[in-house]
Amino acid sequence: MMTQATSSQFWLTRPFGERATQTFLGVLFAALLLVTVLHLAVPQGHPLHVNAYTVNLFGKYLSYALLAVAVDLVWGYLGILSLGHGAFFAIGGYAMGMYLMRQIGDRGTYGHPVLPDFMVFLNWDSLPWYWHGFDMAWFAFAMVLLAPGLLALVFGFLAFRSRVTGVYLSIITQALTFALMLAFFRNEMGFGGNNGLTDFRELLGFNLRSDATRLGLFIATGVALALGYILCRAIVTSKLGRVCVATRDAEARTRFIGYRVERFQLFVFVVSAMLAGLAGALYVPQVGIINPSEFSPLFSIEIVLWVALGGRATLYGAVIGAILVNYAKTIFTGIMPDAWLFALGALFVLVTVLLPKGVAGLLGHLKRRKEDDHPPKEAAA
Amino acid sequence: MSLLQSLKARDRVFDFMATEASPVDVRHGPILYMEDVTVSFDGFKAINNLNLTIDDGELRCIIGPNGAGKTTMMDIITGKTRPTEGSVWFGSRHNLLQMNEPEIASLGIGRKFQKPTVFEALSVFDNLELAMAADKRIFPTLTARMTSEISDRIDDVLETIGLTALRFQPAGILSHGQKQWLEIGMLLMQRPRLLLVDEPVAGMTEQEMERTAELLTGLAGKQSVVVVEHDMGFVRSIARKVTVLHQGSVLAEGSMDQVSNDPKVVEVYLGSDEEESA
Amino acid sequence: MRRFLSLGLLCLMLLGTAVSAQAQSSSSTPDDQAALALLTALDVDSYRDKGEAITAILQSDDERARDWLQALLDGRLQRTDDGRFVLVLDNRGRDWPVADALTNEPLGEMSRRDLDRIGINNALRNQLRSAIAVVDLYSPNVERRRTSADRLLGEVDGELAETLEPVIADAEDEYVRTRLAQAVAIYRAEQGEMAGVEALTGSLHPRARVALGRAANSDDPVVAEAAATALAGIEQQLKINRGLETLYFGLSLGSVLVLAAIGLAITFGVMGVINMAHGELMMLGAYTTWMMQQLLPGQPGLALILSIPAGFMVAALVGIAIERGVIQFLKGRPLETLLATFGISLILQQLVRTVISPLNRTVVTPEWMSGSLVINDALSLTLNRMFVLGFALVVFAALMLIMRRTRLGLEVRAVTQNRAMARSMGIRATRVDIMTFALGSGVAGLAGVALSQLTNVGPNLGQNYIIDSFMVVVFGGVGNLWGTLVAGLSLGVINQVLEPWAGAVLAKIIVLVFIILFIQKRPRGLFPQKGRAAEG
Repeated sequence: MMTQATSSQFWLTRPFGERATQTFLGVLFAALLLVTVLHLAVPQGHPLHVNAYTVNLFGKYLSYALLAVAVDLVWGYLGILSLGHGAFFAIGGYAMGMYLMRQIGDRGTYGHPVLPDFMVFLNWDSLPWYWHGFDMAWFAFAMVLLAPGLLALVFGFLAFRSRVTGVYLSIITQALTFALMLAFFRNEMGFGGNNGLTDFRELLGFNLRSDATRLGLFIATGVALALGYILCRAIVTSKLGRVCVATRDAEARTRFIGYRVERFQLFVFVVSAMLAGLAGALYVPQVGIINPSEFSPLFSIEIVLWVALGGRATLYGAVIGAILVNYAKTIFTGIMPDAWLFALGALFVLVTVLLPKGVAGLLGHLKRRKEDDHPPKEAAA
Repeated sequence: MSLLQSLKARDRVFDFMATEASPVDVRHGPILYMEDVTVSFDGFKAINNLNLTIDDGELRCIIGPNGAGKTTMMDIITGKTRPTEGSVWFGSRHNLLQMNEPEIASLGIGRKFQKPTVFEALSVFDNLELAMAADKRIFPTLTARMTSEISDRIDDVLETIGLTALRFQPAGILSHGQKQWLEIGMLLMQRPRLLLVDEPVAGMTEQEMERTAELLTGLAGKQSVVVVEHDMGFVRSIARKVTVLHQGSVLAEGSMDQVSNDPKVVEVYLGSDEEESA
Repeated sequence: MRRFLSLGLLCLMLLGTAVSAQAQSSSSTPDDQAALALLTALDVDSYRDKGEAITAILQSDDERARDWLQALLDGRLQRTDDGRFVLVLDNRGRDWPVADALTNEPLGEMSRRDLDRIGINNALRNQLRSAIAVVDLYSPNVERRRTSADRLLGEVDGELAETLEPVIADAEDEYVRTRLAQAVAIYRAEQGEMAGVEALTGSLHPRARVALGRAANSDDPVVAEAAATALAGIEQQLKINRGLETLYFGLSLGSVLVLAAIGLAITFGVMGVINMAHGELMMLGAYTTWMMQQLLPGQPGLALILSIPAGFMVAALVGIAIERGVIQFLKGRPLETLLATFGISLILQQLVRTVISPLNRTVVTPEWMSGSLVINDALSLTLNRMFVLGFALVVFAALMLIMRRTRLGLEVRAVTQNRAMARSMGIRATRVDIMTFALGSGVAGLAGVALSQLTNVGPNLGQNYIIDSFMVVVFGGVGNLWGTLVAGLSLGVINQVLEPWAGAVLAKIIVLVFIILFIQKRPRGLFPQKGRAAEG
């Protein structure tokens, strides 16, 4: 992988000048437009019609894709294999879930004006302090970014300061998400225990069960993915991005030329956690539930597989990987559910052993082969 | 005393911000001053009561048999290893034992490792750009833009180290000698006051060695350079003053001739050194 | 003979004079007629009369007395329509197998409608229990005598206390003697008698505490104070015993963690390889035990012992397959190794689910490993946990020997410290890798065999331990077996100490958070490798 030297452009607009980013954005927006048209303009029953269920499914894939981009940012460019990114995703999801719970108001089964159903069920008489404010959309949306960001800040500060990296960091991130999963399973935590948060009704006044809202959420997720992708791309094409790559390949050396490596790691880790939180917040209204299983170590490590399959340190590879694996999962669990774990397990082995650069690497290889087959004219002459 | 320390601490913050011009204070003598330094690993004294002084602008060669403590000495100066005892001062104002690696680097001490480490995934140009003395905090790094001034400077250094033609190639494809030069180039980009160079010619061809000698002697005067080297021929070709380390402390110091005639040194090096001086 | 005499004496005292007539009749008629008379006396409406009839049976010296009383207590002594008395052998279902109460001859099955139960009330029930216990006190079987003495604790009333006191002095068995003395003392203490309070001082039995609690409320201030002091002393004792019990459970949990982690410590320490399938190798060891027991039905002990080498071999072979098939291609890429072995763990789990069953399998605990070692009334240590603890220590010692005393151990240590140097000295690093991985995997198999004695064997068995084992390795310091031992045992104990006031889940969370914070403070664990080798 070659990096371009820092250009003289403003850092945030730099990605727009890149061929790869232009292609990515073009494909993404074309796909969004296509699905929208096929959903709205093609009549139901027509073979090309995309129904609301499928739109919803695609929206879910896109939120996973954003999550995968966040993981690729830290793993691909910084060399930090986080096995706990599911935790940031879930926390973002819970922040959104708390807002959606408060939106239910007195329409719950128990009809309590303030308390969500599960709290009434547990005989609680008032909201825990950390549930306050989530009735306001701006506050909840801020928390979607701030809560995972804060956790990443504290955890990352401690870890990077002590130079915990490599497999050690992977193990403790896994322990982190495992501990959070156990914690969220407890009813006393006030997040609905086992069942999590569900039975949502509306988001910003839009009925979550209507087809129009689902389409809207799908498009919003696509736009969020585009923005997240551009932000990550801007980071990796900046000089900071190259400091990250330098850190990944030779951490001690980077320190000796005067960079405070732990601060760069922390910065990128926090940005990545916030993006993961955003992905979680977009995921929850589309699937209609958030529960502690999102914290499971298996989910977090699966995200890493998406990135590995798509190709590390490319960002667009992460998107491809997330969509491919989750599409395969939908198909497999539909026709032969038992085989899915075999397929997933085999994928882990095959990708790491045979396809270390992922699908993106394969595409690059094919492209080069093609160029070799058709050498430029002047070279032949 | 505590007031004095806090003043020193404030100095450091200020120094760290002002990276362009190294604030080292050499009005009162040497640029590097190591006194009674001892390091032990599990009771083994890698450095034993070492005293060393490097003057501003000097080119000093340090030789010594394997295990004499040369690399450990560099680790101490750059903040990688903390000594058990002793003091290390950079100029008369900066106590290096109170600083971490990036702070020491920003202060103007550059180090070239024994095994060349360059960022292999990045281009030669990028390697130099990252090493360049600049504001190395997060946001300035994120928003940094390329200016013609910077690219001119990088071009100058590329010229000096002879890698202009390979500027956009990833550093991973460079030959061993080219990596050594790139690393020296990265040190030059830092505009250091003191350069620590660990075995710069290991594994180089004769021509490459000559070029490296030119490079290093060219640097002295503007910068202080400390070279650790095994190759006696190379040391003889560049050295003005040589320090011999043995078992963690200074065995002899002086010109190459003085040192190689010193009976203690001859004894330590046995036959190999006599061949050299013959 | 003396025993029977005492029994007669005892019964006499129990009954007073009320039953002399029947006693006479029993001695003057043939056995079966007398027995029939005894039983017929039970078949009356008045509970008072029934009580007297029970006493008569007790006094009769009839060998069948105990069976009758027990059957009466259980509601299995019944009368048929034609006036015979039968013992119901099994009172489940509609038709019950019965036997003649007098001859013990089986009479086949009878419909419950043709039978009439001889009813008892609570007072009679208590009387029966004491009566059975008293009969048992004279059983030739020492176990039965002990059990009956246990049963009398808290069941003694005034009369029984009087009658038991001489028996205590006569009892041959030390245990029976102390227990009976306690039983009497409990009654005395409840009555507010000083002698009882004094005798109960230091007793850990819950009934003794109840009795002392009552004595503490006695009107007599001297007795009340003495009882309160005795209670405080007992509480202190109980606290110590509870502490010991927590320690035992902690060490037991810790030994499981050590077993799970120590194989990991070897592969991680030597090869720097994170084997996420380590838990599944444990699972395979546990399933090997199950398989062995299926192959050797009725001999769970032998199967378990054979499982130790078998579990080791199975896991070691799978380990070698993993090393040769995947890990060797990922040299120097620890993060990729982690992902690939995780994939293997998924495949192994799903394989077991498909081939065997997704449901848990129960492994039988052999006779000699079940039950518990009773230290005192408040503390008993389960044997299976003790075996696992011992097994963990043996495995640890064996690994220490291998590492310290064998050629393989020497080579392994050389490769751990400096791979390149070891290779240049002629050590075949690849062979060392294979052997180490096989060893670490085999130990995982052993851990699985041990675990099968503590928990159910299921496809998720390994998953539940993998994060914990990594924590142990990291906490102890990579590449240090002593560190793993200390870390495993102390984490087990910490977990058990936290559990009572935090709850199991919160305790686990606290331990995880503690380790996460600990790693920040000491990234190389409790016992880091020192020196230059660890610097790079």
